[in-house]
Amino acid sequence: MKIAISTMGQTVDSEVDSRFGRCRYFVIVDLETMQSRALDNSAATGSGGVGVSTTQTIIKEGVEAIITGNCGPNAHQALTAAGIKIITGITGNVQDVIEDYRSGKLKTSSQPNVGTHTGMNPGKITD
Amino acid sequence: MIISVASGKGGTGKTLVATSLAISLKDGHKVQLLDCDVEEPNDHIFLKPVIDRSETVSVPVPRIDEEKCTYCGICADICAYNAIAVFGRNVLVFPELCHGCGACRYFCPEKAIVEKKRRIGIVESSSSDGIAFVQGKLAVGEAIPIAVIRKVKEYTDSDGIVITDVSPGTSCPVVQSIVGSDFCLLVTEPTPFGFNDLALAVETVRKLNIPCGVVINRFGVGDTKVEEYCVRENIPVLLTIPMDAGIARLYSRGITLAEGMPQWKEIFLELFKKIEDLVNERSRYS
Repeated sequence: MKIAISTMGQTVDSEVDSRFGRCRYFVIVDLETMQSRALDNSAATGSGGVGVSTTQTIIKEGVEAIITGNCGPNAHQALTAAGIKIITGITGNVQDVIEDYRSGKLKTSSQPNVGTHTGMNPGKITD
Repeated sequence: MIISVASGKGGTGKTLVATSLAISLKDGHKVQLLDCDVEEPNDHIFLKPVIDRSETVSVPVPRIDEEKCTYCGICADICAYNAIAVFGRNVLVFPELCHGCGACRYFCPEKAIVEKKRRIGIVESSSSDGIAFVQGKLAVGEAIPIAVIRKVKEYTDSDGIVITDVSPGTSCPVVQSIVGSDFCLLVTEPTPFGFNDLALAVETVRKLNIPCGVVINRFGVGDTKVEEYCVRENIPVLLTIPMDAGIARLYSRGITLAEGMPQWKEIFLELFKKIEDLVNERSRYS
């Protein structure tokens, strides 16, 4: 089983990026081997529909869940349609987040937790 | 002749200039005012037109015929706006991201995409009071004003003088509004923000090969950077409007400068004359 975490850096020592669609990287973790690698989010700088295009990228990685800070309505709909679990409201160190996920502490969210275009304005987080 | 009134920075006085210019010209000319600031059209506050025609604006959005679809994903790949996503045997359409370009339908190898219309706004028009007035209104919650602006511009009657009030900024709606103009009037203010955004607007109109001139509103505040820039870039400053409480008071009551202070009517007619000369001069040399 693999999970994807939106991150500011390329390693498990980095912090969770609050944005899903416009995050700089994803750290993809294989929970069986605990191997991880970074995925450059090429969709991050797109002009629109970024939540949808980022989802298309993530799907190709075959992950069962994504862990992020905020997930808007378009991305949420796309991820749900693709059968990927969505965990939002997460901050902090990626290593800690992986441990929390493994121990079942993180709950999936059935709804988007922010509106569209939230990731375009990283200084302002609404909930 | 088509004159667009743009600015870069918002709140510099585009509406003030566009409405007063239209009112000043209406006695001697056939005048049309197009309010292309479709996210917040406000020329009507000053012209108080009686709307006699209203037309719906729709964009075509794709509908997938699941019987024919093979989930090949070509539509999702081709969509420049990420309005379609295909996951396994799942096709999702995000209508609010769709610009209605029709590429998905065109490229679908299975002919599995039909288009349905989605209403995104209206265009209203009026011919009362000597000015042919047209305004677009984008529906609340819609993000893509281009189709509404395009529809407003379909009303263009270039036999007379057409004044186009443009939205602030330099992005797609602005380009869509000013393209095809004979002249672009850039309204700015002598502040660092006004200056910064004026320079961006100048770059935009130059790329579109539209001649431009500057109006400096609230003249007397701020600094001289805008004037220095205009000299450096060889852009004519066609009018300055002083920082004046009387003007602000009129504006706050929905009265145009040309009506509230009739001496301004002559000044706006002079402004038009200067624009006309610049446009004629340019056409002689091109």
